[in-house]
Amino acid sequence: MMEPIARWFKWLSSTHGLNYSVFFDNYDQTLFLKGLQTTIFLSLACIFLSIMVGLIGAWLQGSRLRAARIGTAMFVQFFRNTPPLVQLAFFYYAVSSLLPTLTDQFGAQAPIINNLGWAIISFSLFAGAFNIEIFRSGIEAVPTAMTEAAESLGYTRFQIYRIVVVPIAFRICLPSLGNNLVNLVKTTTLAYAIGVPELLYASAQIWSEAMNVREMMVLLLITYVALVAVLVGLMQRWERSLRIPGYIA
Amino acid sequence: MLGQPLIEIDHVEKSFHNTVVLRDISMKITKGECACIIGPSGSGKSTLLRCINALVPVSRGSIIVDGIQVNDPNLDKLALRRKVGIVFQQYNLFPHKTAIQNIAMAPINVLGRPKEESYERARQLLAKVKLSEKADAYPGELSGGQQQRVAIARSLAMNPLVMLFDEVTAALDPETKKEVLFTIRDLAAEGMTCILVTHEMGFASEVADHVYFTDGGMIVESGTPTDIFKAAQNDRTRAFLSQVL
Repeated sequence: MMEPIARWFKWLSSTHGLNYSVFFDNYDQTLFLKGLQTTIFLSLACIFLSIMVGLIGAWLQGSRLRAARIGTAMFVQFFRNTPPLVQLAFFYYAVSSLLPTLTDQFGAQAPIINNLGWAIISFSLFAGAFNIEIFRSGIEAVPTAMTEAAESLGYTRFQIYRIVVVPIAFRICLPSLGNNLVNLVKTTTLAYAIGVPELLYASAQIWSEAMNVREMMVLLLITYVALVAVLVGLMQRWERSLRIPGYIA
Repeated sequence: MLGQPLIEIDHVEKSFHNTVVLRDISMKITKGECACIIGPSGSGKSTLLRCINALVPVSRGSIIVDGIQVNDPNLDKLALRRKVGIVFQQYNLFPHKTAIQNIAMAPINVLGRPKEESYERARQLLAKVKLSEKADAYPGELSGGQQQRVAIARSLAMNPLVMLFDEVTAALDPETKKEVLFTIRDLAAEGMTCILVTHEMGFASEVADHVYFTDGGMIVESGTPTDIFKAAQNDRTRAFLSQVL
């Protein structure tokens, strides 16, 4: 099925010198698709975890405990005010070395968390810090009258958060959440710096062999345009499915 | 009015920072009574209702609702709120839930009642407020009066002993106002203990057993509707009523 496409790109390469090896070279293709897979996995894991961080952080921000509020504020400050690449390096080089290592079957020392793991942790916390602020803006937009109504029906603070505040706040802040998640997907390319074989890393491997930097750059950009377009499309569908008839937020 | 007091408010004071909202409020509400609190805006009427169901803590004094000491620092808020229902001026329905969900959810989530039973009861309550056909409508698809009637049904679903109404018709036009007032009148007629904060003097004189006129955080005058609306003793009461009647 891929045969005509491969043949066309081979022809393009031999007649115009545009070397899109990914389409006809098996090895390069596998590298690229594995990179794409890693990027998608990394993005999905970080999207899920960063939303969890956002929800928990936004909950702690409204806590009665001063320490919880201050801790959350410091967390947000730290991750919002420092470059994500530096955070990643901090986790991978500084924090990782403090953790105990595991001995593998050959007697070698292996870290408990590998580079992909650190990338997931680092980006989830980074995007999570922004999500906390995004959710807070949504939570603050929920009228207090609504929480009072729930309170007077006997709901506990956690129930009010889960059943009333979050569903309404989530709808309010979904557009800004979408923005942040788009940024998150693009930020995953930084994992290149610690050798996670995601899309950019795979592409670099391909172009250093096939000497096709220009072609790979174009392909890389098109791939990200497509990836983010899918995400944006999903977010819009999500927004539509959550729309409440007659409700203007 | 026979029967023991269901609600006893004794020398209640409330201030927010340096602003005194309630000065010295005492009331006794008996079971089945309908009490109306009238008075100018800012006289502390709404605050008083909020104190009764502990949305706002009192600064001094005591409130007892059916044996529950509301101003106790270790108050079991859930126990209190099962006894006290409140309806607000702005309806405050949950916008992401349909009318019937709004009514059924608290019994399910708070009281742990079975789903089937709660929805059955919600349907009965919707019929009671004459909105059976709107069960699956979202609040945003209902008129103000319809939303307010759903809000009343939502409170009733918790089987409260007393219902508090906080200027529930203030945001409604004269026509929809009527729908809501009829609903409340029916409730009062069935023997539900009601405390209403209202600017509807005509309605107050029709349904109330007892009318309280408040101003400046105090009860200036109280008595039967006839006492207050026909033969007010206090100058302040007369001045206020001459403005609104």
